[in-house]
This record gives sequence, C-alpha cells and structure tokens, in this order.
Amino acid sequence: MELGPRVIFSIGPVDVTETVCFAWLVSIVILIFAYFATRRMTQVPKGAQTVGEILVGFVYNMVKDVMGDVSEKYAPYIGTLIVFLGFGSMLGLLELRPITSDLNCTAPLALVTFVLIHYNAVKAQTARGYIKELASPYAFMLPLNIISETIFPVTLACRIFGNILAGVIIMSLVYGALETLSEMLVPIPLLQIAIPLPLNFWFDMFEPVLQAYIFCMLTMVFIDNGTHPVESD
Amino acid sequence: MTGLSGTDLIAAMSALGAGIAMLAMIGVGIGIGFNAGKTVESTARQPEAQGTLLKLMLIGVALTETAGIFALVVAIMLLFANPLI
Repeated sequence: MELGPRVIFSIGPVDVTETVCFAWLVSIVILIFAYFATRRMTQVPKGAQTVGEILVGFVYNMVKDVMGDVSEKYAPYIGTLIVFLGFGSMLGLLELRPITSDLNCTAPLALVTFVLIHYNAVKAQTARGYIKELASPYAFMLPLNIISETIFPVTLACRIFGNILAGVIIMSLVYGALETLSEMLVPIPLLQIAIPLPLNFWFDMFEPVLQAYIFCMLTMVFIDNGTHPVESD
Repeated sequence: MTGLSGTDLIAAMSALGAGIAMLAMIGVGIGIGFNAGKTVESTARQPEAQGTLLKLMLIGVALTETAGIFALVVAIMLLFANPLI
C-alpha cells in the first residue's frame, strides 16, 4: 500500500506532487472567493460579502481576545493560516488528498510561525533579555529550554499532519471494506451511499476546523508569550 | 520451518513495534479525559466562563495530544516508510 502523495508531473529533478497542485487549487479558490466578495462592496452586505465579513470578523475577534492591542498586526497572518489549513484539510470531501496530510505542507508553515515567535521575542525584549529569559530560572536550564523551544515547531507540524493523515487512512480503510462488502451483495456500489457519512463529517469537516483552530491558537499564544514574558525575579 | 529471511523478520517486528508504539494512547486518553472532566466541573461551578474555559481546554487537549501524535507518526513510519527495510 502506497501512502505518500502521487507525483503528477516532474520538471527536471523536481517532482510536482498532488500536495502542490491541490495547494494551488485551494489558493485559487480562495482568491476567486475574495475577489467576488470584495468586488462590489456595499454598506449593507449581501451575498458573498456577508460570508467574507463573518470570517474576517471572527478572525479579528479571536486574535483580539488572545493578543490584546497588537492584534491588528497579526490578524492577517492568523486568518491566512486558518483559512488555508481549514480548506486544505477539507479536500477529503471532494475525494482529493488533503494537502495537510503531507508533512511538506505543514512543516514550512510551522517554521514560519517559529521564526515569527522568536523574531518578535528578540524585538520585544532585546537580545540580552531574550537570552536571559532562555536561561531562567537557572543557567543550567539553558539547554533544556532551547530543546523545548525547538521541539515546538516539530510538534506543531506533526499534530495537524498526524490527525489528518490518520483520518485519510481510516477513510480509505472504511471505503475499501464497504466496496468489498457491496461487491459481494450486488454489483453496484450500494453500501458506500450513506454509511460513511458520519465518518466523513468527523474526519473531513470537524477535525480540519479544530486542527486549524488549534494551530492558530498555539501560534497566537506563543507569540504573545514571547512578547510579554512572565516577570521572574 | 521454512527459511525466514532477515527482511521478513524486520517487517514482522516493525508491525509489532507499531502496535506497541500506539500504547502511548493510553496516557493520552487519560490526560484528555482528565482535562475535559475538569473543564465540565469548572463550567458547572461558573457557567459564565464557558467560552474562556473551552478555549483553554482546546489548547490543553492539543498539548496533551502531542505525545499520542508522535506515537502515531512513529507507527505510520514503521508501517509505510520503514527506514530499516
């Protein structure tokens, strides 16, 4: 059984996989939606503009709740993350492979978050304060703190990757079993009609939203922690 | 007994190892259950704080889940992308 994403085409030594193509697809769909939602904006929103306003308002409120007065600066990044990861993980509904079931998709995003956290931490508390924070409460804790800081992007990338990949594996097992069973009874795919619906709802709708939310939440919490260090004496 | 090649043995042991790796889920289940139970208790005591508590619970669940996800990644690697074979 082959688990990795298929290679669609290759340019020289570079393989363009399903993940990359579907990421383009998601980006294009989001761009088209954003274009139509903001094309003829009116004071009283209607149609696509309403959906867009709900989404943007939700993201801005969520970021404001966690990060306070600097939220305007980070809200666009958090909104991009939640929309891209959410829709990217929901591709299973269209019988496509979710892009987040590939570590190559989630690891770069986690790396961007990692850089953002530490760039802002250094900017907020200067390089000296940053090292002092790493070496707290005692100097010999420095290696442990460095390990715990560097393991964070790994866990962030692995969390959404593991959850979505587990969903993909379970869904393929369920569909395979139902296919075999229905071929035993009648030669038409009868059993696949409504039986996997609850599983589809869980793995392709609820889990992506929850995981995208958790990804954004942890990003926000850690950026906030870095810029407002806990006072220690 | 017919000859058992080294690769076969590694494959069999990898399958066993994947199963054993998933035992980490015991701890994760206990942890998440504890987390959710405490959240329910707190919500019953102070219903107006439900929104904040839910948010905190989700972060706690995510952090608890990490160990289980690592176990899952190890199990998937052993089964589908085994570096030993």
